[in-house]
Amino acid sequence: MKIAVCVKEVPDTSASKRIDPETLRLDRSGEGALNLGDTNAIEAALRIKESSTDCEVVLISMGPESAINSLRKGLAMGADRAALVSDPGAEGSDIIGTTNVLAAVLASEAPDLTLFGQQSADSDGAVLWAAVADRLQQPFMSQATNLELESGNAKVKRQTEYGYDLIEAPLPCVVAVSDGINEPRYPSLKGIMGAKKKPQEILGLDGIGVSAEETGTAGSRTEVRALNDPPARGESQVIEADGEAAARVLAFLNEKKLV
Amino acid sequence: MSTVVYVEQHEGEAQRDSLGLLSQAAGLGSDVCAVVLGEQAAAVAAGLGAYGATRVYVADSPALASPLPQARVDALEALISEHGFENVLFASSVLTADVAAGLASRLRAGLNWGLVDLRVDGGQLVGTQPALGDSVFVDVGWTSTPRLALVRTGAFEPKNVGGDAEVIPFVPEIAEWSTRATLLDREKTVSEGPAIEEAEIIVAGGRGLGAPEHFSVVEVLAAELGGAVAATRAVVDAGWYPYSTQVGQTGKTVTPKLYIACGISGAIQHKVGMQNASVIVAINKDKNAPIFDYCDFGVIGDLHEVVPKLAELVRQQKSG
Ligand SMILES: Cc1cc2nc3c(=O)[nH]c(=O)nc-3n(C[C@H](O)[C@H](O)[C@H](O)COP(=O)(O)OP(=O)(O)OC[C@H]3O[C@@H](n4cnc5c(N)ncnc54)[C@H](O)[C@@H]3O)c2cc1C
Ligand SMILES: Nc1ncnc2c1ncn2[C@@H]1O[C@H](COP(=O)(O)O)[C@@H](O)[C@H]1O
Repeated sequence: MKIAVCVKEVPDTSASKRIDPETLRLDRSGEGALNLGDTNAIEAALRIKESSTDCEVVLISMGPESAINSLRKGLAMGADRAALVSDPGAEGSDIIGTTNVLAAVLASEAPDLTLFGQQSADSDGAVLWAAVADRLQQPFMSQATNLELESGNAKVKRQTEYGYDLIEAPLPCVVAVSDGINEPRYPSLKGIMGAKKKPQEILGLDGIGVSAEETGTAGSRTEVRALNDPPARGESQVIEADGEAAARVLAFLNEKKLV
Repeated sequence: MSTVVYVEQHEGEAQRDSLGLLSQAAGLGSDVCAVVLGEQAAAVAAGLGAYGATRVYVADSPALASPLPQARVDALEALISEHGFENVLFASSVLTADVAAGLASRLRAGLNWGLVDLRVDGGQLVGTQPALGDSVFVDVGWTSTPRLALVRTGAFEPKNVGGDAEVIPFVPEIAEWSTRATLLDREKTVSEGPAIEEAEIIVAGGRGLGAPEHFSVVEVLAAELGGAVAATRAVVDAGWYPYSTQVGQTGKTVTPKLYIACGISGAIQHKVGMQNASVIVAINKDKNAPIFDYCDFGVIGDLHEVVPKLAELVRQQKSG
């Protein structure tokens, strides 16, 4: 059994994010981190691995070369190897450009199960799996709050606007998990030491047979036209907690006549 | 510009945001069609003229009966290749987002999501996409047709202006692999306790509580304030609190006088359910949490210190 987990490096949450007004792209120059929601997908893969006899977990990502550092966190958690597609030609990809790259890697890896996280913290799309699954012509199930494998099928419970649905699909298939599906483990010291030695491949577009027209800015169908300030909002006050914080909240509530 | 709006329906009722989007699209000035799929699609279709549709395409087949995306992608691909729509518009939902992204991939078409506005500017379709926790509003466009757009929950109000649409059935071919996922069951959720939609004061808890038993911290404050308790999807999915208390895109929309968010990051999908509260107070230990960008009063700190203390002070004030 082989499980692929699609993961992304996003700007570290402790840094304030910005869009570069020159390139109109997200400024990725600061520290990167593994997208938090993707650690739930890695955890889900590792739990399957631990309950089966022969299972390989492969991390797949597209991003800058520095993203290999973020992938290493997933290896430290317990994934077996990582494949990162990094190529200047892939920069500025929209959903179509990204789909063409990830689907090419997944087609050659041919995993039984492909997992995605709930959404990337920098794009808030929560859509990529649907695009990739369509390209692979595989069934997919999203928003999984529960995932079980049972006699060649994946069974998922998903939350929608109307409650929970129970869905099933035969392998190979694609599943995107909710960030409430599990509590991702922290890498152990041994895991962190071992991660460095696990196979980590950095691939260019040539290596995966995707042409420059299919990805990056050239392969994208959307564009950013302008950046604007958000609409102005009312007064707001944010304080650092000290011994008086609760009293200040109460004073604020009293001022607004809410107590 | 020819436009088609995908109108999502659930048990024969059109999703409100789809109607809002239809109204908005009709206001852009050109001919607007709608498409409804699945069981009871025809019943929904009849009412869409009132929101501005001139023609409504309907398809119903066993493959479209379950609320699963892939057969819907096949149906929309067939419709678009026959009629050549230039704009294909969707109002966000779990199902619709999956349909839109699958279709984008199928057609190699551009998809912009999370839009809060759609307009025609200099003859071109332009969307407004709030990004990075809504700190910047990006004008986005498309470089080819069809242009696919997903708009955010609550973006547009439905406007019933009266009118009739021509209803046109079609029979899409559905690929075998598009029907491999199957719906086994739908869980009916029963509400417990007072409905949070009615509450004037809501104290909500998120993953920052750390463990399900810590919801007591939130419950005590809610009791002192005479309010109800709500939760984020992260903790509902994890089984910490019931689905009936969930606020956000796939939960409830609430408009209390006061919303106190404890250990909640304030993700967009949560925000769309509570942003119209008159006053928002947030307690979060991460100063970069998005919730601080839209609360009225925020405390950067540990909720386990601040919230119980606040409950105690409220109790003292009431009894004193
Ligand atoms: C299609 C779709 C639909 C969705 N629908 C919904 C929905 O309806 N409702 C919803 O809520 N979400 C929804 N989500 C999920 C949403 O994107 C977020 O994942 C979710 O809201 C996060 O919940 P949270 O704030 O509890 O958890 P987190 O994002 O993990 O935030 C927890 C916060 O607690 C803080 N914290 C930790 N410890 C402490 C402490 N001791 N004291 C103070 N603060 C602390 C942390 O700094 C952090 O900011 C949806 C997502 C998708 C893709
Ligand atoms: N560049 C990428 N490389 C690999 N996986 C990705 C990439 N971008 C997004 N993903 C995966 O797709 C999920 C949804 O992303 P998005 O649709 O961008 O919110 C993420 O949680 C990841 O699992």
